[in-house]
Amino acid sequence: MGRYDRNGIFTAQDMEVLENSKVCIVGCGGLGGYVLELIARVGIQEITVVDGDVFDESNLNRQLLSMPDNLGEVKVLEAKKRISRLNPKAEITAVHDYLGPHNAGKIIDGMDIVIDALDNIPIRLVLQQACEEKNIPLVHGAIAGWYGQVTTVMPGDWTLNRVYSSGHKKGIETEIGNPSFTPAYVASIQVSEALKVLTNKGETLRNQIMYIDLLDNEVHILPI
Amino acid sequence: MKIEVRLFATFRNGRGKKVFIEMDDPTPIKLLEEIGIQRDDVAILLINGRDGLFDQTLQEEDYLSVFPPVGGG
Repeated sequence: MGRYDRNGIFTAQDMEVLENSKVCIVGCGGLGGYVLELIARVGIQEITVVDGDVFDESNLNRQLLSMPDNLGEVKVLEAKKRISRLNPKAEITAVHDYLGPHNAGKIIDGMDIVIDALDNIPIRLVLQQACEEKNIPLVHGAIAGWYGQVTTVMPGDWTLNRVYSSGHKKGIETEIGNPSFTPAYVASIQVSEALKVLTNKGETLRNQIMYIDLLDNEVHILPI
Repeated sequence: MKIEVRLFATFRNGRGKKVFIEMDDPTPIKLLEEIGIQRDDVAILLINGRDGLFDQTLQEEDYLSVFPPVGGG
């Protein structure tokens, strides 16, 4: 039995594309931990993870990579440790730094796709700018309480400028926090989007935003 | 005229999923003020499901949708 036998939605050619794709995950917290897990398990082997933070106790309610025995440890190094165990063939580049205007272009250079798993709005816009300059697709995801959103930004779209048009620095997550299940849900949609872009399949959320409300079980796909 | 305002996420707290407001020459900014939502608290504003402006005058049967910012990760 091969490890990708159950990846029936992807042809051998798709799997070759995925195995040779370079993916950068920016943010290694609630969203980033799940995105990394799903990206690695599906067969992507060249992954860069970016985060300047270490784990603390408040991460344990939702961040897949956090454990009581790794509190205080560097998030991206813990990420590398887990994925190296999952797939020894994986090449994980751990960037222990916060992304900003000074390093964004260098970090994402050469990637086939970038996943936005950040936790603040101004840096998401910095990441969008860098992706635009490097001509790289960006899959945005964000969460707050019962709610989440996903959109796929292709070069030239500048979708996040319309999603965050009022100059917010943070969203409603500052009031309602982030539970365990919302990041897993939103990360799944982000990974699905990334895989569709990489293998050129199906329809993406380009120029649309999926707004998810798990409290009232509503999913809205809005043109934006 | 009566305008339907569709609310999403935390904007529903204490208000419900939608409210109907009777107003002359309604604009999104005036409607939001009426229901106690600050312009700065809105991330996405749609009129009839499409990107809208805060100072746009609405017509009979138009509906407004407002979403707060979601930014966590």
